[in-house]
Amino acid sequence: MNLSQLELGQYAIIQDFTDVDMSVKLMEMGCLPGETVQLVKIAPFGDPISISVAGYELSLRRKEASTVLVKNLQWVKV
Amino acid sequence: MGKGLKVALIGNPNTGKSTLFNDLTGLNQRTGNFAGVTVEKKTGIISYPDQTEIELIDLPGIYSLYPRSSDEIIAFRVLCDPDNSDFPDAVIVIADASNLKRNLLLFTQVADLKMPVILVLNMIDVADRNGLKIDAAGLSNALNVPVIAVNARDKKGIAELKELLRGAQALKPANDTIDVTALAPSLIAGIQEGLGIKNGYKALQLAHQHEQYQNLPPEENELIESLEHTHSFASQRVQTVETLDRYKFINTLIADHVSQEVTLEKTSVTTRIDKVLTHKFFGLFLFLFILFGVFQSIFSLAKYPMIFIGECFVWLQEYLRGVLPAGQLTSLLIDGVLSGLSGVMVFLPQIIILFAFIAILEDTGYMARVSFMMDKVMRKVGLNGRSVVPLMSSVACAVPAIMSTRTIENWKDRLITIMVTPLMSCSARLPVYTLLISLVVPDYNVFGLFNLKGLTLLAMYLVGFIAAMLAALVMKKVVGKKTKTYFIMELPIYRMPKWSHVVLSLIDKSKAFIVNAGQIIIAVSVILWVLSSYGPPGRFSIIEKKYQDQTLLHQYSPSHILSLEKSEKLENSYAGILGHVIEPVIKPLGYDWKIGIALITSFAAREVFIGTMATLYSVDNPEGNIASVQQKMKQARSPITGKPVFSLAVAFSLMIFYAFAMQCSSTLAVVYRETKSWKWPVIQFLYMTGMAYISSLIVFQLLK
Repeated sequence: MNLSQLELGQYAIIQDFTDVDMSVKLMEMGCLPGETVQLVKIAPFGDPISISVAGYELSLRRKEASTVLVKNLQWVKV
Repeated sequence: MGKGLKVALIGNPNTGKSTLFNDLTGLNQRTGNFAGVTVEKKTGIISYPDQTEIELIDLPGIYSLYPRSSDEIIAFRVLCDPDNSDFPDAVIVIADASNLKRNLLLFTQVADLKMPVILVLNMIDVADRNGLKIDAAGLSNALNVPVIAVNARDKKGIAELKELLRGAQALKPANDTIDVTALAPSLIAGIQEGLGIKNGYKALQLAHQHEQYQNLPPEENELIESLEHTHSFASQRVQTVETLDRYKFINTLIADHVSQEVTLEKTSVTTRIDKVLTHKFFGLFLFLFILFGVFQSIFSLAKYPMIFIGECFVWLQEYLRGVLPAGQLTSLLIDGVLSGLSGVMVFLPQIIILFAFIAILEDTGYMARVSFMMDKVMRKVGLNGRSVVPLMSSVACAVPAIMSTRTIENWKDRLITIMVTPLMSCSARLPVYTLLISLVVPDYNVFGLFNLKGLTLLAMYLVGFIAAMLAALVMKKVVGKKTKTYFIMELPIYRMPKWSHVVLSLIDKSKAFIVNAGQIIIAVSVILWVLSSYGPPGRFSIIEKKYQDQTLLHQYSPSHILSLEKSEKLENSYAGILGHVIEPVIKPLGYDWKIGIALITSFAAREVFIGTMATLYSVDNPEGNIASVQQKMKQARSPITGKPVFSLAVAFSLMIFYAFAMQCSSTLAVVYRETKSWKWPVIQFLYMTGMAYISSLIVFQLLK
């Protein structure tokens, strides 16, 4: 599954990227393979989303998030 | 003393970089541009009791040396080019201690350039609260770099940092962080040899960035290109490996020197605030409410200072007219330069108030949420979440608004934002709207609640906003949307605004406005003064002779004669002739040649419309006493039909014209500067003025 498919509050571990261009930017921002992320916000119109990663909050569009492959961890309601 | 020390300040956005900059330099700072580019450069002087002075250069906030927006390229240019006039002797890297991992990425990149560097860990209080214990001495040892923990907000650690800076240029280069040469061994060696560069990381950076790096001679550029080709260099892949390597290094570093106390994970204040502020309904509702409040206060709070400034200039003009000898020079100073200047200064209160709100909203972290919430809507019309701030700012003035588009990373999004921003109703349109509305819209209460005049004004603002959105939509279709756009943005934690920071940023913005808009408006005012005070030879002397006739004194008061003479002169001046020339073109819109003159003079700034009207319609005032512009215009009758000139149709046609037409020379100049080509200001002028013409034509023909 990919990052854009997470539900609010869900945790996941980053596995891989499908877009090289995107991955360079995302990695600079701390989204590295093996890193745990949590979906913490969805914008009022459903897009972009905001994830908690590496100790801070990062917002990105669903389309960008869909280039991040993740492994679903567990369900935690925020 | 000789050449002082130069230090650059660099760090991620939202690390308190500006606060640290202000702490170190106090009020001793100025803004300019980096050489050759329109990226704002802030420099300040750190002074010591013994008269030593160090120059501090504030570089734009970046996450990595690989740039994403036009602002960010500058950091690399300054740090990698010893010939750059801003090339520093040492670098301060500021990092958010509560978020060390991501912040250290930039530090390791700078460290590998092997310049003298100091690592400043800011927000140590937040880190403390989060249960992070950072061993600064250990970090310092491992990196071979001075590490100082500070709290820029309450100035903790600042004195220590200042002392350290004195000897900054003598600092030993940092230890290697990662094995840079392993990333592309033969390419790096080739560039080092070919260009004579000692530092391997700099050679690698040049391989990645030589296209954007301006100062390379063509043959060196070609050499890099050919080396890249022979060694089949894949820039993005190498960047990926580099970033992964760096994080590996950082993870080890953090594991060794940072300990995380186990704390019960509780919802942070920021999360709780965001539950409301970015809520599906409340979030949007609150944003609209804040917008409404901001605009409401712009108008109510700025009203009196604006009147005051306006009156000060009137007083000054009257005073100077009294004490200076009458003549062309005096007239140039008073009617040209001073009236131009007053046109700029009068808007300062509105601009200061709006930017105070924006600075506070940005400082607290709320603006990032606004971008987050509005991104999807904005994207639909070809803009993006970051376009909200420029669009909001342009309600005061398009000049600073267009400058604030620099934060938009994607060039096309930024261009569309620049192109449509001037359609938002700026404060220079307000006096034109108020005057015309007061002429034709009756004082009538709708539902006993809303004043019809107020509603009309509101409608004009909406018209501007809707036009901006539609124009963006059309441009999106024209420009195409092939390029990928990014919207990767940090949502910083909420903080109380730092007031000194707000004040300093206000001083900055006001200065930029006065300088940018001021120069142009004064220049155009002088040109317009020439056009309206001179005419083809012979015509003026005939008029002067005509009004010297003593018999006129039996009919009119002296002041009335003077104003009759003035308006007849204006009619026969070059500006007046121009008005007559364009009359056939503007007649279908319902305008006569007098309005034509006002349209021309409005190119200095829209509100000049009122002054021109005042001069032109003085003729129609039978008593000859000084009536308000409003009264004069109300009494104006068409010499042919005898009907009022300012009918409902004409007034609305004019308002629509002022809403859409590109009549602001300062804005065009700023668009030229920001896009570095005349193409865009020309297109902007044509499309806006064309739209104005067609819409006004339709409005007039429908209402006639």
